[in-house]
Amino acid sequence: MRPIRSLRLLFALVGLSLTLLAGVARAQDVPGLIEAMGEANLRELGGIVEELAATGDSTVAPALEALADGDLYVDEADGRVVIVTRNRMYDPVTQTEIGPAGDADLSRIRINNSLRRDVAAALGSLTLMSDDPTVRLSAARSMRANPTEENLILLDEALAAETNPSVRGAMETARAVTILALDDTSLEEKRAAVPVVARNAGREAITILNAALGSAPEELATDIRSAIAGLEQERAIWAALQNVWFGVSLGSVLLLAAIGLAITFGVMGVINMAHGEMVMLGAYTTFVVQDVIRRNAPELFDYSLAIALPLAFLITALVGIAIERGIIRWLYGRALETLLATWGLSLILQQTVRSIFGPTNRQVGNPSWMSGSFEFYGLSLTWNRFWIVIFAIAVFTALLVVLNRTALGLQMRAVTQNRRMASAMGIRTPFVDAMTFGLGSGIAGLAGVALSQIDNVSPNLGQGYIIDSFMVVVFGGVGNLWGTLVGALTLGVANKFLEPYAGAVLGKILILVLIILFIQRRPRGLFALKGRAVES
Amino acid sequence: MNMRFAFGAALAGTMILSMAPAQAQDEPIKVGILHSLSGTMAISETTLKDTMLFLIEQQNAKGGLLGRQIEPVVVDIASDWPLAAEKARELLTVNEVDAVFGCWTSVCRKSVLPVFEELNGLLFYPVQYEGEESQRNVFYTGASPNQQAIPAVDYLAEEEGVERWVLAGTDYVYPQTTNKILEQYLLDHGVAPEDIMINYTPFGHSDWQTIVAEIKVFGSEGKKTAVVSTINGDANVPFYRELANQGIAAEHIPVVAFSVGEEELSGFDTSPLVGHLAAWNYFMSVETPENEEFITAWHEFIGNEDRVTNDPMEAHYIGFNLWVKAVEAAGATDADAVIDSIVGLETPNLTGGIAKMLPNHHVTKPVLIGEIQDDGQFFVVWETEDLVPGDAWSDFLPESAMLEADWTAPINCGNYNTQSQTCGGSTVAAAN
Repeated sequence: MRPIRSLRLLFALVGLSLTLLAGVARAQDVPGLIEAMGEANLRELGGIVEELAATGDSTVAPALEALADGDLYVDEADGRVVIVTRNRMYDPVTQTEIGPAGDADLSRIRINNSLRRDVAAALGSLTLMSDDPTVRLSAARSMRANPTEENLILLDEALAAETNPSVRGAMETARAVTILALDDTSLEEKRAAVPVVARNAGREAITILNAALGSAPEELATDIRSAIAGLEQERAIWAALQNVWFGVSLGSVLLLAAIGLAITFGVMGVINMAHGEMVMLGAYTTFVVQDVIRRNAPELFDYSLAIALPLAFLITALVGIAIERGIIRWLYGRALETLLATWGLSLILQQTVRSIFGPTNRQVGNPSWMSGSFEFYGLSLTWNRFWIVIFAIAVFTALLVVLNRTALGLQMRAVTQNRRMASAMGIRTPFVDAMTFGLGSGIAGLAGVALSQIDNVSPNLGQGYIIDSFMVVVFGGVGNLWGTLVGALTLGVANKFLEPYAGAVLGKILILVLIILFIQRRPRGLFALKGRAVES
Repeated sequence: MNMRFAFGAALAGTMILSMAPAQAQDEPIKVGILHSLSGTMAISETTLKDTMLFLIEQQNAKGGLLGRQIEPVVVDIASDWPLAAEKARELLTVNEVDAVFGCWTSVCRKSVLPVFEELNGLLFYPVQYEGEESQRNVFYTGASPNQQAIPAVDYLAEEEGVERWVLAGTDYVYPQTTNKILEQYLLDHGVAPEDIMINYTPFGHSDWQTIVAEIKVFGSEGKKTAVVSTINGDANVPFYRELANQGIAAEHIPVVAFSVGEEELSGFDTSPLVGHLAAWNYFMSVETPENEEFITAWHEFIGNEDRVTNDPMEAHYIGFNLWVKAVEAAGATDADAVIDSIVGLETPNLTGGIAKMLPNHHVTKPVLIGEIQDDGQFFVVWETEDLVPGDAWSDFLPESAMLEADWTAPINCGNYNTQSQTCGGSTVAAAN
């Protein structure tokens, strides 16, 4: 091994000095190359990026970064290439400000996927020696994607100087990945690299090891296979947990959609087919709030949901009260008429929204704290789903408190249990009816704000949830909030466990069949109300 | 407002005219517009109704057709397919229109087909579809699979080096047939069956967590993976959102979509989607004088600078212009004369090429692959060198490889079997 190693070191040194020399020689070309980007087509751009990367000159990094982010423009007037950020133009090489971009005739230099990959790889090798540890960290990560002989040398060199432990870890992983991918590294090195990859490369470990398996000699292949087997066992456990999470998150969406209905249908007994439209109104409120913010105060965008929540509650609660006072109160005790009237109402609301906002989807953005995902041990949780689960729990708790700890809640329960007795005790039952319906509708509006983050904001938004909501309330047991909670979570988790085996279409059918069978056995749902109130 | 007025005026006009007795030569030529203006498909089809009104207004400004004005008759099929058949019958028998432009979904087309065959009407269908059909009374101005799906797969395999494929679609006839063709095509080109994953979801599916997680695992097994999406309509927004949130970037697992265009993207923030692909025969971003003129005129007509144009709009543009030329060539508007004269006619499309009506009632089209940009537009990264003629019957399915459609003499058949040299008969029955 020894002679080979020293030989490699020699090669490495020669290679390194050659790249450095080339770098010096090319340094003058950098502005010229960047200038040429202005007129280049996709294929020529690829060549230029390659040449820029080959200079090894870190001054080209800003231009490449701008290219990847879509901030590199060419001035159509004089063919000059500039970086544009916050509406100001900068020189791509020296970074000096040229002036405001305002009225210049700029057109963006566009790139495609393969070029984007090349740029990321080039940036990785160019910024590995940066002073900023976060830049070094992302450079080390991006070098995994591009295992080459030169990168191995760069990594060795960078590792020797690195002191930051997390960056060091990333570099070691990148080095191990590179060693596994290259043909002419020694068997010893490769065998040493396998556990490093298995331990540190996270979700990509199996991919990398599988790729290395193809050309591996027998000794190495056994190592790799056992590492993969270990990883897969671990992954299977995490996959099951991940599925539970998906189920909980679907369940929380169902809970949010259904919980308002649990009040209007469950507590009041009104079959409200327009419930879905209350959800839709909540979502459109979010759209309007975001639209106003976008136009007037874009810096407030991250708070848009916090502003939309109370507004959505108020608006949908008021619409709900108007519906109760205007239509439903004339129809108490006549289930079929209520069903038809609210169904018609839902069509009217949909068409109204369609006429005001147009038939196409409206754009509701995710605030930055609701975008992307985070790793929690072996689980990958998306932020928007995570916050929706938290939000669903919060709404549920708040509702429990309102029903059990406030005067209004007491009156609501009294009226639903025995209307005439409650009336005799001096409770204004019509007022309580309106408030209860308003509360149920307002909560549907809150659900709309949450759903706008994961679904389309279109006039049809509510239709997709109305059947599921009724299903949850009936399954959980009419008139019982805990039943709604358990029902929603059970349906969510069951759905997600069936989906991988049965597919989304068949899974949904199976769930419906199971519910029908269940309702046959227990017509009053999971948590049936007992006592005299039920009989009346 | 302008729009609604035009619509109302058109309806009022129709009523007055249908009450009055025939007025010989000065009577306007009537064109039926059969699109959903309410219900789930309203999101896509309302724009097409406006496009037709726009094209008719332009033609009337040029002096109409055969010296007569063209009058639109708009009906709403409300995303309800049996209603579509009824409305089609109403257009042909009560309003006596000379041509109908309409439908979006394949199920709509399938349910109105028997009506057009029975009453010998003309239907111009503007949307990309699954093929395996050619009917004498229908002109398919959207793409057939060989003008969209197959070139897109070729692009991914050749330019991106994709070896594993996820075929994800909504559970209905267009995605299922397209995926059947694609699967056979991939298997024929040496892709192993375990490298193809097929997944169907219901209409309006909104919880994509599991499927996106599965795609992520499928794509992390050592081979370059791509998703070919025939997911339709509303389900796309949550799908792309989940992709972005779970960190699947276009550089690693690109998604190429056949049903996502400018109109669908106008509903959301596309910055996390940059680099995902779509295959169409037209993009709003294509820079040609014809396209610029079309977009300017469209914005002026609709009164909103933010409105986008898309591929099915171009298909209506092509279909309408071909119909106008056919009527001019025949000197008459009746169905048989138009069917005879339209084959072989050419009209410029909006991307600098020529759309020619072929004997199988499909048209020639260029195929463009575009990457999504952060402004909701597409950047064309690849296009076919020549125009691709639309193929009614896929050559990649064993049961349709020997079928050809030719509506000119002497064959005059929608499913002519080139081996047995016989005609399969009514394509309506065969297609079902």
